[in-house]
Amino acid sequence: MSDHEYNPKSKFGKWFNDRLPLLTLANHLTDYPTPKNLNYWWTFGGILTFCLITQIVTGLVLAMHYIAHADMAFDSVEHIMRDVNYGWLIRYIHANGASMFFLAVYIHIFRSLFYGSYKAPREIIWIIGIIIYLLMMAAAFMGYVLPWGQMSFWGATVITNLFSAIPLVGEGIVTWLWGGYSVDNPTLTRFFTLHYLIPFLILGLVILHIWALHVPGNNNPIGIDVKKPSKDTVPFHPYIVIKDGFALLMFMIVFAFFVFYTPNILGHADNYIEADPLVTPAHIVPEWYLLPFYAILRSVPDKLLGVVAMLSAIFILAALPWLDTSKIRSAVFRPLYRQFYWILVADVLVLGYVGAMPAEGLYLLIARIATAYYFLHFLVILPVLGFKEKTLPIPLSITEPILGGSPNLATAKNKESLNR
Amino acid sequence: MAEKKTNRRDFLFTATYAVGAVGVGATVWPMIDQMNPDASVKALASTEVDVSSVNPGKTITVLWRGKPVFIRRRTDEEIAEARAVKLEELKHPEKDEDRALNPEWLVMLGVCTHLGCVPLDQKGDYNGWFCPCHGSHYDTSGRIRKGPAPTNMEIPKYEFVNANTIKIG
Repeated sequence: MSDHEYNPKSKFGKWFNDRLPLLTLANHLTDYPTPKNLNYWWTFGGILTFCLITQIVTGLVLAMHYIAHADMAFDSVEHIMRDVNYGWLIRYIHANGASMFFLAVYIHIFRSLFYGSYKAPREIIWIIGIIIYLLMMAAAFMGYVLPWGQMSFWGATVITNLFSAIPLVGEGIVTWLWGGYSVDNPTLTRFFTLHYLIPFLILGLVILHIWALHVPGNNNPIGIDVKKPSKDTVPFHPYIVIKDGFALLMFMIVFAFFVFYTPNILGHADNYIEADPLVTPAHIVPEWYLLPFYAILRSVPDKLLGVVAMLSAIFILAALPWLDTSKIRSAVFRPLYRQFYWILVADVLVLGYVGAMPAEGLYLLIARIATAYYFLHFLVILPVLGFKEKTLPIPLSITEPILGGSPNLATAKNKESLNR
Repeated sequence: MAEKKTNRRDFLFTATYAVGAVGVGATVWPMIDQMNPDASVKALASTEVDVSSVNPGKTITVLWRGKPVFIRRRTDEEIAEARAVKLEELKHPEKDEDRALNPEWLVMLGVCTHLGCVPLDQKGDYNGWFCPCHGSHYDTSGRIRKGPAPTNMEIPKYEFVNANTIKIG
């Protein structure tokens, strides 16, 4: 916890803090020394906390009006949209909030990839983050099933059927997940229960994520270890609070744009048709944030191997701290990694695009190449790069190059020009 | 310690763990099994369908256990096409004779064996069914010919109760 003993000023504060050291915790959080060079890519942790709380609060309210029953779910959602006071607003915030949550989490993940935040000693933070990401996908998927539209129903059918690819026990697992012989009312009620549960699991993991972060402290754009507290750090409050707050406001403008101007653009029109177990919509496409993985699934012509490839694409991230053999964290000092990083970003965007397109012809070919490259990046390029790459010299501290007299001044200048 | 002697305490620990494990298992199992199909779901195990109004070349779709079942009255050409296929050409070799005991009637689960979508009738490269989700093509016997689906569409247990009625399940 805090590097110095905290003594509350008031007598009551001292009495309370001796019994439950909440004030010590609050003091730790406000005084927490933060690298002074954190840029705006570091504000997404705070933004994600906001997203989680928004989803929990709006979800709680929606659950007061929603009815988890196959015969009534669809109508109850329409009831929320038309009859409930501000129901449309709350539901649009919740539905678009999921997309905003994923937007923020992808930026957060790619920030870690660029600045090497997953490397020692932050592996546990990273792995907890991956678990949170997995839970987010589960929560988003189950939440999408609840309106019981056509996309809800068939999305649920396709995704649960992924488990049938498992040899021998697959069919039994799918029946168990469904609670019947197809997606039906028992499936809906359990998905609702789990959709309600998962955000609180995520909340618990977020606390662990932040706890684990506060042990080594934040990584920073130049990726060096920072002595704390020192000239290289500033207290979390007010410096980072203000910066996070400003970034959050900018983010909320984007959020509000979707909610108020194009609330349905990220959804599918088919989901305004009630679930029909006899008719599959012509194009089943998952929500945008799952498209890259969907593209990987479809790029493999074998059912089991397709599922294995898709899951591997996610789980490979957990092994990243050990796949990346470079000791240098920040891409600022890794000229080759920096290029491969942007190729990976492009690769994932391409996967997302072809995931939304029909799996045939040229799209399928592109999906296969992009899938192969995705695995190549993590399994071959990253491990080899750590040994082959000639990295730039890193400064000894954040302030050193700026205050002059540093042998690494050229590096800092170089870095600055690169960041522009 | 150079040598570890088994004593009464070790025995007690092992016995306690063993009893504890059985207890945990017995407690957890009901929590897991409650998610399996319940008695009311299982009770809907069979459906009777009147097929007297189905003309050759037409398919009707009925719901059985929440899943669509295709009942197709096949034309002579379709039957001939399905029976002419050599077994070596099939990804999941099954004779049409085994799939449609009465060649005129094909009764099968209308569920793509890839990821469970409902294939479209009279579509695809083999004049049978085509799944729009991930592009699996089935022939006039509902056998997988092209695409990611691993097996033929499933034939449920069914029987002709009389000339006009099929009982599924």
